[in-house]
Amino acid sequence: MADADKGVRVRGLTRRFRHNTVLDRLDLNLAPGQFVALLGRSGSGKTTLLRTLAGLDATPDDARVIVPTPTAVVFQEPRLLPWKSIWRNVALGLHGAQPRQRAQAALREVGLERHLDAWPATLSGGEAQRAALARALVRAPGLLLLDEPFAALDALTRIRMQALVVDLWRAHAPTTLLVTHDVDEAILLADRALVLADGRIVADITIDLPRPRSHAHPGFAALRARLLSELGVAVPTLEAA
Amino acid sequence: MSQSVSLPAAGLAVRPTRPWPQLRLAPLRRFATPLLLVGLWQAGSMLGVIPARTLAAPSTIAVSAWGLMASGALGHHLAVSLGRVSIGLGLGVLTGTVLGLIAGLSRLGEDIVDAPLQMIRTLPFLGLVPLFILWFGIGEVPKIALVALGTSFPIYLNLFAGIRGIDGKLVEAARVFGLDRRGLTWHVILPGALPAGLVGLRTSLSVAWLSLVIAEQINADAGIGYLINDARDFLRTDIIVVGLVIYALLGLAADALVRALERRALAWRPALLAGAR
Repeated sequence: MADADKGVRVRGLTRRFRHNTVLDRLDLNLAPGQFVALLGRSGSGKTTLLRTLAGLDATPDDARVIVPTPTAVVFQEPRLLPWKSIWRNVALGLHGAQPRQRAQAALREVGLERHLDAWPATLSGGEAQRAALARALVRAPGLLLLDEPFAALDALTRIRMQALVVDLWRAHAPTTLLVTHDVDEAILLADRALVLADGRIVADITIDLPRPRSHAHPGFAALRARLLSELGVAVPTLEAA
Repeated sequence: MSQSVSLPAAGLAVRPTRPWPQLRLAPLRRFATPLLLVGLWQAGSMLGVIPARTLAAPSTIAVSAWGLMASGALGHHLAVSLGRVSIGLGLGVLTGTVLGLIAGLSRLGEDIVDAPLQMIRTLPFLGLVPLFILWFGIGEVPKIALVALGTSFPIYLNLFAGIRGIDGKLVEAARVFGLDRRGLTWHVILPGALPAGLVGLRTSLSVAWLSLVIAEQINADAGIGYLINDARDFLRTDIIVVGLVIYALLGLAADALVRALERRALAWRPALLAGAR
């Protein structure tokens, strides 16, 4: 399952739950260091694919899944252990010397250095999610999996978190897969957007807008319309001024 | 508009009727009824309404308590009782914890341990006293065994439920970050089950005193229970009440101990964090 230089490689991944085929002979390549958004309607198998890449679900015998290691996940909820201080949460499962110093460095990057010894219950939703991001970063992941990490945040916090994720991705360059249902978020953050439907990838769209990105860029609306139509959402064609 | 004027006026009208607002009586109010009852009890005893062989007067009880303390008898009996409770509770907590961990941490353990324990649990354990006397005689062993048996169940049941009630999402996250089975147990499952385990400990403590009271009625020659039984033979209601008060104080002290333990071990809990502010 390991080869850090080769990015993600999936061949022939099929997953069924009872009679429902969630992933159907899916193939996927992610280049090393690439930021890829995975879009799809709910129930399209986005999370199933992410769980397989994370190693939470076993790879079926007839499929090949190669991912860079180590792998880190940020879930929709922070999932911090309430009985451990923030830095101990970040250092959870960390091997090697000076876990506190390394956790501190990661927390500094997400702007939580002041909360090193705080209990998770004292943090706001956005702060807790930043701590979860620090917990993912501290192990220098080869593959960073983000499972709708901004979905539970308020709109303003979400904008700040999105910018933070892009900054961290540019600084550390892990191969990143962002599962989201938000088309705008995909266009703002990713190099490439994949649309998952009926268990396969039905669209693979390169996003080459210059960074930092903004909704105001002329290419944005076109990409948005294209992704929405791939998702089967009818968009009223309002010509932008 | 007329309302907003009339309200403060009404407030002002009430104020002069309370001449000493500085004296804060609210915290003391809770003690008023018990004190009144003790006062009535004392008066009843002095007027002969309550005969001494029914219930001794509070003043007599206080004098007897002082006498028992001064002679060292109370200290001796208290030490014997405390010893029984400590050993019995220690054994019970140990057994309950070990069985709870075995049943909670593995399915095989659950199948082996849980079914028989759920069956035995339905027995009122105090009903086992006659059997215990036949098995263990009338020495220290049946007394300690009764306390141990009674205290192991609350620990077992709460710890087992606590382990099984851990949020699966936390376990999943910890697995992603490289924790193996041992790491999961140590960092996620045991700390997560600790609050339930401490609830079990609190229940166990109250069961421990109850078991002790029963156990000390069986042929003891020392201990608070012996003190009470011996006093019964001589119609000394004052000494019986002293014994009961000691039982109550011990129960209170044990409860305070567990509360202190909870404050330290569960400092991370939102309820405790809110209380600390």
